[in-house]
Amino acid sequence: MTDVRVALALSGAVGRHGQLQAIKPLSLTIAENEVLALIGANGAGKTTLMRMIAGLHSFAEGALQLFGQDVTAMSAHDRVKAGIALSPEGRRLFGDMTVRENLMIAAENGRRGEWTLPTACDAFPQITPLLDRPAGGLSGGQRQAVAIARALVANPSVLLLDEVSLGLSPAAVDGVYQSLAGLRGKMTMVVVEQDLTRAMEFAGRLICMAEGVLELDGNPATLTRDQITNAYFGIHKTAEASHA
Amino acid sequence: MLEALIQGILLGGYYAMLAAGLSLMFGVVRFINLAHGDMAVLGAMIALWLVQGAGLGVGLAVLITLPVMAGLGWLMQRLIFERALRGGFLIPILTTIGLGAALQNGMFGLWGSETKSLGAYIGNLSWASWELPGGIFLGQLPVYMFVIAILVLGALHLMLTRTPFGRAVRATATDADAAALCGIDARKVHRGAAAIAVALAGLAGIFLALRAQVTPFSGPMLLIFAFEAVVIGGIGSLRGTLIGGIALGVAQALGGMISPQFSILSGHVVFLAVLAWRMSQVAAADRGGWRSAWGALRAKRKITRGKA
Repeated sequence: MTDVRVALALSGAVGRHGQLQAIKPLSLTIAENEVLALIGANGAGKTTLMRMIAGLHSFAEGALQLFGQDVTAMSAHDRVKAGIALSPEGRRLFGDMTVRENLMIAAENGRRGEWTLPTACDAFPQITPLLDRPAGGLSGGQRQAVAIARALVANPSVLLLDEVSLGLSPAAVDGVYQSLAGLRGKMTMVVVEQDLTRAMEFAGRLICMAEGVLELDGNPATLTRDQITNAYFGIHKTAEASHA
Repeated sequence: MLEALIQGILLGGYYAMLAAGLSLMFGVVRFINLAHGDMAVLGAMIALWLVQGAGLGVGLAVLITLPVMAGLGWLMQRLIFERALRGGFLIPILTTIGLGAALQNGMFGLWGSETKSLGAYIGNLSWASWELPGGIFLGQLPVYMFVIAILVLGALHLMLTRTPFGRAVRATATDADAAALCGIDARKVHRGAAAIAVALAGLAGIFLALRAQVTPFSGPMLLIFAFEAVVIGGIGSLRGTLIGGIALGVAQALGGMISPQFSILSGHVVFLAVLAWRMSQVAAADRGGWRSAWGALRAKRKITRGKA
């Protein structure tokens, strides 16, 4: 554990939707190659936080550093080139283009590196037979695989995955996580996951948000279900009561 | 009849050329450029100035004009349209109306208001024709212009489907945020699209100057033709634009057979008919398709009759 580099560092980040403060001042550091699961109820600010890190949502206050470089003012497309890639909520594939074109677009405009169309197809074998199909006609699991592969071929050092298993069949979720397991140790991953069991199995670190606040941050192996449930619903009283 | 049909189809290439830039700007940048017709005239005027003032050949003048127009498009996107787009939907309309007025009066100030044509500088090409069996005369210039229009639109189609820039253009048009997440700089894409659109407008303007005349105030009429071709063919598709241009050209040529005054009018009529059809399609789709929309209408009539 010597000399672990910090991949992402958020300091005092605030995100707003008009008058609503979706992210209250939030500080967080994520180490290189760490696998972090982000959980929380609907409206907790998970997606806003992911969009802020990716550059689609501006910081009202605070700063973001990527490997020590301040990227707060950087636009989303420049952050891709700096090494942050987001597979967004709703997948957002280009529906009237083929899967191959979807991947080529990210490969052409992202960073160069070991992830190319063939290596991404190796990591997500279910994509290979779909390459020449229009992305609009794929099933949920296929779309998710393509969306993650599209983020991957931009060769990120930080991979952000929003709502990994939302709307997928259990079998499709298994397939996606199997592929993701192969990326462990190669890049920093932040995964938004609704399924707590999945999140605890997959991630080396679990953070929980409620109403824009970071409620819990710990190792899934040592956290208890009660701790997580309380954090999930933003309940503080029980924690204080148990101390008393 | 057949001759008019052929003339109409050939004219359609010119209209498609005129409409392609407008369609590209709308489809990719989501920007309606009401000065599009005036840009076309500007292209014609620059070419005319190079030919009449600088004494260049028409071919060379065209080769110089197109990159100049592309550069102008890039600059306008960079300096004017980008800012206008940030101001909501009304500002781009007001801005481009103003830009059109400025272009018209600027060209009037620089080059005067008399009608000009490139027809006098291309030798016998302006009247040369081939005779087809059946006594049909086919003008060589319209044929060449049609072929060039098809080639240019085809090249544009290949560019959009086969090149990295074309993929970036389509991705940005589909979902700008998702494109940004793939590392695409939407501003660069928009500037590139504007450059292409204005160069296409310039080429269409040169076509007009070759086959007819232009004045500094021809622009608004060209804009109307371009809009009609786009609406008839459907927005955002090059093949649709070509079909729309041809439909407009054929309608005008056939209308011209009835009476010369009917030429432009019949184009408008076709445009209005297509527009009405498209709007009724949308209205029917909102009510669950034609059959259920019709059924709902009949049921409503029965109820009102029952009340009476």
